[in-house]
Amino acid sequence: MAETQNLFSNMQHSRDAVCRADGLACARGAITVFEGVSFSLAAGQALCLRGANGSGKSSLLRQLAGLLPAAAGTLTHPDPAYGTHYLGHEDGLKAVLTIAETLAFDAALAGYRADNDAYADIAARLGLAGCDWQFVGDLSAGQKRRLTLARLIMDPRPLWLLDEPMTALDAAGRALVTDLAEAHLESGGMIIAASHETLDFADAEVLLGPRR
Amino acid sequence: MLKALENISAFYANPTRFMALARQVHRPLWALAIGVLAYGLYRVAYVPADYQQGDSVRIMFVHVPAAWMSLFGYSFIFIASVTALIFRHPLGHVAARAAAPVGAVFTLLALITGSLWGQPMWGTWWVWDARLTSVLVLFFIYLGYIALWQAIDEPTRAARAASILAIVGFINVPIVKFSVDWWNTLHQPASVSRLARPALHADFLYPLLIMGAGFLVLFLALTLTRMQMEVLRQRLRARARKGEPPHV
Amino acid sequence: MRIFAAICSQHMHLSWRSGQTMLAVSFLFIAITLLPFGLGPELNLLRALAPGLLWVVLAISLLTGLERLFQADYEDGTLDRLLLVPLAFEAVVLAKLLGHYLALVLPLILAVPLAGLLLNIEAARLPVLLAAMLCGSPALVLLGGIGASLAVSVRRGGLLTVLIAMPFYVPVLIFGAAAARAGLETGVAVGPYLGILAALSAASLLLAPFAIAAALRSALR
Repeated sequence: MAETQNLFSNMQHSRDAVCRADGLACARGAITVFEGVSFSLAAGQALCLRGANGSGKSSLLRQLAGLLPAAAGTLTHPDPAYGTHYLGHEDGLKAVLTIAETLAFDAALAGYRADNDAYADIAARLGLAGCDWQFVGDLSAGQKRRLTLARLIMDPRPLWLLDEPMTALDAAGRALVTDLAEAHLESGGMIIAASHETLDFADAEVLLGPRR
Repeated sequence: MLKALENISAFYANPTRFMALARQVHRPLWALAIGVLAYGLYRVAYVPADYQQGDSVRIMFVHVPAAWMSLFGYSFIFIASVTALIFRHPLGHVAARAAAPVGAVFTLLALITGSLWGQPMWGTWWVWDARLTSVLVLFFIYLGYIALWQAIDEPTRAARAASILAIVGFINVPIVKFSVDWWNTLHQPASVSRLARPALHADFLYPLLIMGAGFLVLFLALTLTRMQMEVLRQRLRARARKGEPPHV
Repeated sequence: MRIFAAICSQHMHLSWRSGQTMLAVSFLFIAITLLPFGLGPELNLLRALAPGLLWVVLAISLLTGLERLFQADYEDGTLDRLLLVPLAFEAVVLAKLLGHYLALVLPLILAVPLAGLLLNIEAARLPVLLAAMLCGSPALVLLGGIGASLAVSVRRGGLLTVLIAMPFYVPVLIFGAAAARAGLETGVAVGPYLGILAALSAASLLLAPFAIAAALRSALR
């Protein structure tokens, strides 16, 4: 019942997972945000989405997460309920809970329960102290962003959708994200990240912008 | 027959074609509305005064059709919302949004005329009569629906939310009617304070039906006009978004 | 299912910790306290009106607590996450509603006898009143949830939620108060009223989760 999964040690994602877009368009209300976007991602590859504010990076990620329907074109992606992690702009953290309680909830959503030592372990790996007593509301913005990475560790899913993963993170935090990303790619996962800056782990870039 | 209806509605799903049709139908429809209402009022003026209620029975000829229209209006909103949500007809949302204030005003009219009609009989301006109470609750349903449209900024999101509310609320209307009717029989006060309709023989029935028809055409004319306004408003918004000045 | 239980208990946990339960119960008592100021301290009058007044105040306390049901999750991104969970979204909605019911509604109903004392309610009426509230409160929560989910993307949409939910509350209030009154009249069986309330709750249980899920999905688009 109580399983501690060190999910990065020998996890291998299925190489069958596929993420592909063909002539994809996105509309918010009556406005076309973007159209004609095509890409194909295989296991172990990472894509970086670049573009100005409002170019639709977040919308594309939400389409891949199944939260926003495609206005035109085709989109193939893993089942969001089992195969995708979506880390958006908002943290999804509750200020009145402790770190341990937050991690316990993450674990429960992944379908298991672990003991406090495991949570302390994960918190330590994320660079957060005071797992048992620290309230999320008292953490800094950077620390909160680190905490949101916990579900990536605790729940193995092939596709990661990261919206501005480096915001509010210091150098150590960015190194953490890069490490996690590289380990994930090595084990056969896929990453699509939207970012204003260059990401070290990305293989390719897609630029969203007005047609030239 | 159904296929023909489908084809017609698909044809007019294009807002431009709809506006062309609306422009043609607009004036005749208004002329018809005013004509039927004028005739109806003329007939009402010559209805013999009721032996019990005197001349104030004539308010019934406004109150009852207005109550009919309040129910019709919500049914119209329901059908328009279903068309928009399930059959994805783009004008469905426009029709529902346009009809809502019209229905609300008819409902308010029914409430006010009901109150005016009953006051000489009851001695007060309001009683919790089964029908009046049901209409009052229906008025709040309209208000909630209109408020939802206005509260949500993004138009497509507002349209989706409003259609969900319209569909769920429509299921609620008969339940409310049934419970209010039952509640009223439970609490029948000593003096019967129902808005008793006089016996509907021909003298009363035909003017009533004519007024009902006139109100119906008025409802459709008002809704059509508001639909045209809504389509134009959407076009203006689209231009503003593109940075173009409004077309003169 | 573990995920269902986790979402349910998470919501309960958050409600308790952020003081929502205390707030709702306090609101109930404050509203009941205000009534004699408006109606006069005449005990017989209050006793006669007590069941209906308690029902109305319960409904209003419920409605004011509903705003928190989905809006906090919508604003901090948790709702996005709940859509991406290996559990049908309608079930997720039910889990939240169940958590809300256990954390907020049951304490309110448990507080009703004490509030009834303030209105000098006859002790004999209490069991029937509580039974009626237990039968009808699921309907109140589910129907109110529809209002809360439609208004979720509106900032400070509490009043809008109340306006939308209020027409749905009318049947429940009618039969709930009738059930409470029937308890003491000889020859009037309470059973049918409780049955109608339970039927309203059951019907809401079948329909509301789908409407709520659709409304929330629409808000997240």
